[in-house]
Amino acid sequence: MSYTPHTTAQRQEMLRAIGVEEVADLFADVPADHRFPTLELPPPLSEMEVLAELRELASWNAAAHEYTSFLGAGAYFHYVPSVVAAIVGRSEFYSAYTPYQAEISQGTLQVAFEYQSMICALTGMEVANASHYDGGTALAESVIMAHNIARGKRSRVLLSPTVHPEYREVARTYLQGTGIDLLGDALPSNDLEELAGQLDKNTSCLVVQSPTFLGEVLDPQRLRQLAEAVHAVGAVLVVAVDPISLGLFVPPGEIGADIVLGEGQALGNAMNFGGPFLGFFACRKAHVRRMAGRLAGQTVDVDGQRGFVLTLSTREQHIRREKASSNICTNQALNALTAAVYLAALGRCGLRRVAEICYHRAHYAAQQIGKLRGFEVLSPRPFFKEFVVRCPLAVAELNERLLEQHAIIGGFDLSATHPHLKDCTLLCVTEAIAPSEIDRFVQALAEVAR
Amino acid sequence: MAQNSENMRYAKSHEWARLEGETIVVGISDYAQESLGDIVYVELPEVDEEYDQGEAFGVVESVKATSDIYAPVGGTVLEVNEALGDDPAVVNQDPYGEGWIVRFQMHDPTQYEGLLDEAAYDEHVQEEKAKGGH
Repeated sequence: MSYTPHTTAQRQEMLRAIGVEEVADLFADVPADHRFPTLELPPPLSEMEVLAELRELASWNAAAHEYTSFLGAGAYFHYVPSVVAAIVGRSEFYSAYTPYQAEISQGTLQVAFEYQSMICALTGMEVANASHYDGGTALAESVIMAHNIARGKRSRVLLSPTVHPEYREVARTYLQGTGIDLLGDALPSNDLEELAGQLDKNTSCLVVQSPTFLGEVLDPQRLRQLAEAVHAVGAVLVVAVDPISLGLFVPPGEIGADIVLGEGQALGNAMNFGGPFLGFFACRKAHVRRMAGRLAGQTVDVDGQRGFVLTLSTREQHIRREKASSNICTNQALNALTAAVYLAALGRCGLRRVAEICYHRAHYAAQQIGKLRGFEVLSPRPFFKEFVVRCPLAVAELNERLLEQHAIIGGFDLSATHPHLKDCTLLCVTEAIAPSEIDRFVQALAEVAR
Repeated sequence: MAQNSENMRYAKSHEWARLEGETIVVGISDYAQESLGDIVYVELPEVDEEYDQGEAFGVVESVKATSDIYAPVGGTVLEVNEALGDDPAVVNQDPYGEGWIVRFQMHDPTQYEGLLDEAAYDEHVQEEKAKGGH
């Protein structure tokens, strides 16, 4: 499509229509001395010089693949097979923006449909949407959805302290001024049973995360009991989950979850400096009309041929703004495509294998670190790929020494988010960390703590 | 067209209300179902919920639009037509019979008397048609 700029005559006509003399008058509200500041820019550079400068800047980053990284806490370094980038990079996918006339983009809709189907298979749920921004926003949407399932009549939401602290923060930001109270996570020691004890008829949902933010895999039997307690008061159970862990552990759909969500970055997406990420979201079919986000469906055309459509759009804000299930319909199409290609490339067995390797290497690392003097593994077993270790010195100090002396990126410093876990680090071990690197890490820990 | 019945009244928002003893049964008019087209979903209220006159108590969704359904009189929900969950198209096929939506216990019977009778409603529909929409 060619770009047609406005002519001078058209500009004049528009200015006349709104009653101003010239374009500069549109900025009259900006104080005069701030209106056209002199920009002190360096002299222009050639393309070659700009590239050299950008490379120099980029070299300041400590990228996960150049170091050995034990940092997780929501963004994960997994191996991504080359086929993922090869397919995702195709221009038909890579350059496409939201198709406003959706059905003309059958390929885009088919990708969304297949991604949704895979998320359903993975979580054990009946319906999944085309994705949200990230795990945090997906969690916030789940709370809004639960509130709508309760027809806006229940004002309490119980959040487990095991849910990622940033997701809880995002939910609180989304729900400002709605009159919905998010409770239950003030005490970090609040366990599932205590949380269940706070359920009442004014509670719309209870939100847990498994594996928890600290890596612990919650016992499916306990989760089933929790689901029963939640349903007994007419509330819904929301479960946030690491999708990779579902290669190995019982899917939330089987323990009675009503809404399942999570951060999908681990599914073939790079860590991207913290974003763009991918919020996946699934629920029971009974609640589909309360679900936010876009939904691609499969149908047949007039000739009986398979086709794809956006379905149940009446939930969305372009149909009924004031009653929409959410005012955000944006999804992370490219990241969802990446997740779908990754899952298809791995298959059922491949995903299980990745999850098993994460599990075994994390447990091996914990076992070795537990033998070191001054270090104590605090996580109860089983954990998945993350666990908490108490260190003999401040984590910030430890991490600095690891990075500078050993080119190792240490774990997540829990002192800010979990004050009761003083000098504790949250370590993450994925299949991308070779056993020899774990041994090197253990040795490095022993050295820097000396 | 409205249905010929002594005990029927209509709201300008195109719901009908049929007096049955102390209670009223509510649905959407033939004109409303015709305008909406094929109905694919009816969102029902819960029993014991209370609604003021003119308050939205449910939603009718068709292939081309979604409309709130408003309580023609204030009342408490006594019964909902659960059959619409499996087959919402009944609202198209039999809007005044099998396609009923909800039964209310009226809070104030004078509200019912204030609704449109058949002739007044037909006139209202003609006006809306003349305006080219509903």
